[in-house]
Amino acid sequence: MEATQKSEEKVQPISKQGIPSPLHTATPLDRGKDAESRMDWDTKEKMIANTDEWKSRYAEVRPFNVSEDGEKIGAVVQNDDETFTVCINGNPWEETYEKIWSFKFTNEGKAACLVLKDNAWTVALDGIPWNEKFDYAWNLQIAPNGRSIGINIKKDDQYGVCLGDKPWVQGFADVRNLFISSDGTKAAASVAVKRLAEADIFNFQKGVWTVAVNGVPWDKNFVNVWGLAFSPDGRHVAAETRINLYDYAVVVDGNMWPQTYKCVCEPCFTAKNNVIAPVKIAKGWTLALDGKPIWGPFIQVWPPKFSSDGQKIAAVVASEFGRWTIAVDGSAWKQTFSDTVLDPVFSPDGKRVAAIAKESKDPMNMGSSLHSIEGNDRWTIVVDGIPWNQDFDMIWDPVFSPDGSTVAAKAEINGKYCVAVNGKAGKKMFDALWSPVFSPRGDKILVRCIGGGKYYRYVVPLDEI
Amino acid sequence: MAVAAEKKEVKKIIDLGLEEGAKKLTPEKIEITINNALAAMGGARLDAYVSTCIHCGLCSEACHFYLSHDGDPHFSPVGKVKQTMWEILKNKGRVSPDSVKKIAEIAYTECNLCRRCSMYCPFGIDIAYIISSVRRICHLLGVTPQYLQDTAHSHAATMNQMWLKQDEWIDTLFWQEDDYRREIKNLTIPLDKEGADIMYSVIGPEPKFLAMLIGNAAKIMNVAGIDWTFPSFDGWDNSDMAMFSGDQEIMGRVKRAHFEAAMRLKVKRIVMGECGHAFRSVYDVGNRWFGWKMPPVPVIHAIQFYYELIKEGRIKIVKKFKEPVTLHDPCNVMRGRGLGDMARYVVNAICEDFRDMSPNKEHNYCCAAGGGVINCGPPWKLKRMEGNRVKAEQMKATGARVVITPCHNCHSGIEDIIGYYKLGMHTKFISDILVDAIEVPESMKAKK
Amino acid sequence: MKFLMSEGFYEFVRGPMVWLAFLVFISGSTYRIYKIISGLKKEAVVLPYMSFKYGLRSIAHWATPFGTVNWRRHPVMTTVTFLFHFCLIITPVFLLAHNILLFQSWHIRLWTLPEGLADLMTLIVMLSCVFFLLRRFVAREVRFVTYPSDFFILAIVFLPFFTGFLAYHQLFLPYKALIVLHILCGELMLIAIPFTRLAHMLFSVFTRAYTGSEFGMVRHARDW
Ligand code: SF4
Ligand code: SF4
Repeated sequence: MEATQKSEEKVQPISKQGIPSPLHTATPLDRGKDAESRMDWDTKEKMIANTDEWKSRYAEVRPFNVSEDGEKIGAVVQNDDETFTVCINGNPWEETYEKIWSFKFTNEGKAACLVLKDNAWTVALDGIPWNEKFDYAWNLQIAPNGRSIGINIKKDDQYGVCLGDKPWVQGFADVRNLFISSDGTKAAASVAVKRLAEADIFNFQKGVWTVAVNGVPWDKNFVNVWGLAFSPDGRHVAAETRINLYDYAVVVDGNMWPQTYKCVCEPCFTAKNNVIAPVKIAKGWTLALDGKPIWGPFIQVWPPKFSSDGQKIAAVVASEFGRWTIAVDGSAWKQTFSDTVLDPVFSPDGKRVAAIAKESKDPMNMGSSLHSIEGNDRWTIVVDGIPWNQDFDMIWDPVFSPDGSTVAAKAEINGKYCVAVNGKAGKKMFDALWSPVFSPRGDKILVRCIGGGKYYRYVVPLDEI
Repeated sequence: MAVAAEKKEVKKIIDLGLEEGAKKLTPEKIEITINNALAAMGGARLDAYVSTCIHCGLCSEACHFYLSHDGDPHFSPVGKVKQTMWEILKNKGRVSPDSVKKIAEIAYTECNLCRRCSMYCPFGIDIAYIISSVRRICHLLGVTPQYLQDTAHSHAATMNQMWLKQDEWIDTLFWQEDDYRREIKNLTIPLDKEGADIMYSVIGPEPKFLAMLIGNAAKIMNVAGIDWTFPSFDGWDNSDMAMFSGDQEIMGRVKRAHFEAAMRLKVKRIVMGECGHAFRSVYDVGNRWFGWKMPPVPVIHAIQFYYELIKEGRIKIVKKFKEPVTLHDPCNVMRGRGLGDMARYVVNAICEDFRDMSPNKEHNYCCAAGGGVINCGPPWKLKRMEGNRVKAEQMKATGARVVITPCHNCHSGIEDIIGYYKLGMHTKFISDILVDAIEVPESMKAKK
Repeated sequence: MKFLMSEGFYEFVRGPMVWLAFLVFISGSTYRIYKIISGLKKEAVVLPYMSFKYGLRSIAHWATPFGTVNWRRHPVMTTVTFLFHFCLIITPVFLLAHNILLFQSWHIRLWTLPEGLADLMTLIVMLSCVFFLLRRFVAREVRFVTYPSDFFILAIVFLPFFTGFLAYHQLFLPYKALIVLHILCGELMLIAIPFTRLAHMLFSVFTRAYTGSEFGMVRHARDW
C-alpha cells in the first residue's frame, strides 16, 4: 500500500444501483436527481438483447444485471478457453480475466466489477482495470451519490481500503464495515490495529479495534467496532462500539456518548449532523438522539430512516415480542406482522411511508426446503400501516411515484415476476425483472425485463401495467 | 443434609480463562454482579424451576456424564444444578472467587446443554436453561474458559467462529468452485445472487478446515438444480459460540447478521449445513434475543433438505455406501427439531447396511462435544472423553464401521471418542456419502 | 396436653384455623402463581411459546403411569409415586370423617370412601413416605441433593396421615388430642404448600406444559 492518498482527488461519478442495498444503510439511496429525467420515456418497447443467444455463444453466462435506465444488460460470461469476460448488450469486453465477480452497473451505464488477472485483483470499469492491483479485493461499494467506488483490499498480508483507485497508506491486521461518505470522497472502516496470537483473549479485551477514516485510525481502541456512519457533510463519523465485554457505546469522532448501554445498533446521522442510534435500556429498546432517548421503549428498534427533508423519523420496531411493524416519529402502526418488516421507505414529500412485511399463518411450521407452505412466508407491502390486499412469494423494495400517490414494486409469483402497483399484480409476467422506475411525471413506469429469452425495455403508462 | 459423595481425584486442569478471570474478582463484585444478573434475567422461570424441583434425582440417568462416571452424583443434572445455581441462590450471590471458578468449570465443561434431562424429569425442568443461566452469570463475571471465550471474541469481531477474514471466506468458495468444476461442468457457487431460492449457510470451521464440505454442497445443489447462493459478506456463518459462553448480546448480533444476509439476498429460505448447535442458535435460541419469535426467514437443516431432495427425486441415488454404518442423532436436531425419522430415511437411502443405535432419536446420548464443551479446547479434552464412555459403548454395540454424524460438534466429538476408546470406527457427514452416491447426469459431467 | 384437649382450642383449630389455613393456602398459591406468570410476562420468551395442545399432550403422557421412558425405567419408584400422589389427594377429599364435617358445616355431600379402603390408602401414603425417606439415604444421586428441607416437607406430608391414622385406630394418645394434632398438621400442610417445594403441586403443570410446548410445538419432538 505504497501509493499516497489525497481525498480531494477527483473521483468518477457512479451510482449505487445494482447492488443489493444493505437493510440498514444509514444514508438514503441517492440515485442522482435528474437520472430519471434524462431517460428515454417515449419509446414504448425496445428489444435490447437476445440473451438466449448469449447462452449458446458462451460456455457459461452468469446472472444478468441491467443499467438504471434500462438501456444496457450485461453479465459475466465464460469463454471456451475458460477465461471470463463481461458481455454488455451482446458485446464482450476485449480484455479477458481469470475470474470476475461482483458485477454491477452504474447509472451512467458503466459496468463495474472485480477482476483477477496474473494473480492480482482489481476493479475494472467498462473493461478498463484500475492501476492499483491487490492480493485480494472484495466488497465493491459505490458511494451513495454514485461518485466513487470503494473496495476492501488485502496486500502483502495487510488489510486496507481502496477508494477510487487510491489505496489507504496504512495497512491493518483486519478491516471491516467499509462505509463511504455520501459525496464519495471519504471512506471509513473498522480496523484491527494489532495482530493477536491465537486465543489471546486478554489483549483482545484490552481493545485492538478502532475506526480509520481515510486510512487514519482514531487514537482510541475498543473491544469491538461495528456499524459506521458519515454525517451528511462527510465531516463526522459515528461508530457502534463495545468498550468492554459488557458495555456498548456510540462513539462520534472518537468521543463516546456520556452514557453506555446494554447493547446498541449502528448509528446514523440526521440532516443536522445529530447522531441517532437504537440502544438497549433496562425497559427495552429505544432510539437515542445524541445520547438521550426519544422513543419507545419497544421490544426492538432497528436503525431509523429519515424523510428527505429530515423532519420525520421512521424505524422498524417490534411492538410486542415477535410482532413487527413500523413506528413513525415514535408511534407504531397498529397492524403488526409475525415474521419481519424491512426498512421503511419515505415518499419524496415525506408524507407517506411504505415497507415490506412478511406474515406467516403458522410460523412454527418451517417444514420444507423446496416448497412454500400454504399461508406461510407471504410477502407484501404496507403503506401507512395498511397492508396491500395481495401478497406474494417475494417482494422487492417499494418505489413511490414522484408525487407519492402510487407505490410500485417488483413482485414474484410462482417463479415469475411482475410489477405490482398499489397492491395489484401487473398483468404481464416475466422470467426476470428489475425494480420499476417512475417517469418524472409519475404517469409511466419503466419496466426492465426478460421474457422469451430476450431482454426488453418497456415504457408503460401507469394504467396499463 | 447434603451429603458429599466422594468424587474421583482428577488432575488439576489449568484454564487461563478461568484462572485469570477469577483473579480479578472480589467478593463484593461477585455479589453485585450475580444479583444484577439474576434481576435482569427476571427470575420467574428460574424461580418456578427451583421451587418445583423435588430433589428426586430421576433426571440422573438422562445424563451421559453421570452414566459414564458410574453414577457419581456430582455429574447428575440436578447434582450439577446443586453445585452451581443452588449454591449461588443459597448464598444470595455471596460466593468466593474460587467457588465461581468451580461453578464455571461445571457449567462449561460438565454439561452439554443437550436437554436430555428435561425428557427425564417428571416436571420437565429445563436443566439446560438453568446451566445456561449459570454460564450467563460466569460470562458477566468474566470467568469463562479461554478457548470458548476466544471463539466468542471471534464471533464478535468477524461474525464468524474461526477468525476468518472476509477474503479467506471468498477465496475458499472460489477454490471449491474451481476444484469441483473438474468434475461437474460449469458448477457454480453463486455469490450474492439476489432473489435466489435458498441461502446456504455453514459454520466457520467449514471454510477453515473442511472446505470440501462446501464443494460437496455445491455439487449436490448443482446436480439437483437448486437456485441457491452464498453471501460474500458477513452473515454467512450460522454458528454461535457466544450463545454458549453466555454472551447473549453477541449471540443476538451474530444471528441478526445471518438473517439480514438472507433478507438482503431476498432468498425464501436458509438451508444450513450439517450442524446442530448452529441450528439451535438460528432456530429457537438466538433469534429470540432480538425479538424474532421464529426465524424471520425459514431455516431448514441439511437433513430435511437431503430428505426432500431424495424423496422427491431431485437427486437419484445410484451407488449406495457398502460398509456398515450407524447414525449418531445430534441433540440439537433431534430433541431440537425431531428429525429422527428423516435422518433414517436419508441414511437408509444412501447406505446398504444401516445399524441403528439404542437409545436413539430424541433419546439419543449426546456426543459430549456440544453446548460449547468441545470449544473449551485442549485442556478439557480428557474430561470430555471420560464423560462419555456410554456413547463409546453404545456405538461399539452397533458393530458399524462408520458413524454418520450430521453435526459438526458431534463429528469432532465422536471422532475423539472413537480414538480415545479405540473403537476402530470413523465418522462421516451425510454429505460425504451422499456426494458419491448420487447420479451425475452425463450432460453435467466435465470433460476430462 | 390439657390445652391440646381443651374444647376452646378444638373449636379454634376446626373453626377459624381451618379458614385461616385455606385462606393462606389459596391466597398464597394465587400469589405465587400470579408472581410467576407476571414474571414470565417480563421474560417475554416463555408465554408466547406456550401451547395448550402440546402442553396437554406432555402432561397426559407424564400423568400416565408407565407412560414415559423414564417412568418405565424405574418401576418401583413409578408405582410408589403414582400410588402415593393418588392416595395423598383422594383420601382426604373423600374421607368419611371429613365429609361429615363438611356436611355438618355446609350440608355438602361428597362420595365417601369405604373406611377400610381409606385406612389402606392412608397406610400407602405413610409407607410411601418411608420409601421416599429411605431413598434419600440409599440412592447416591438422591442423597447428594438432599437438604433438611426435603425431610421437612416429607414430614409435613407424613404427619396429617400419621395422626389421622393414630386417631382412627385410637392409638398412643387420647383421641381428642390426636384429632386436634391431626387437624393442626393438615392445616400446616395446607399453609406450607405455597411456601415450600410442595409448591410443585402448583407449578409442575406449568413447567411440564412449557417443556411440552417447546418440544412439541416449536421443535416438533417428543418429550416423554
Ligand atoms: S449434559 Fe445433557 S443430560 Fe447432562 S445435565 Fe447437561 S443437559 Fe442434562
Ligand atoms: S428429576 Fe426433576 S425434580 Fe427430580 S431432581 Fe431432577 S430436576 Fe429435580
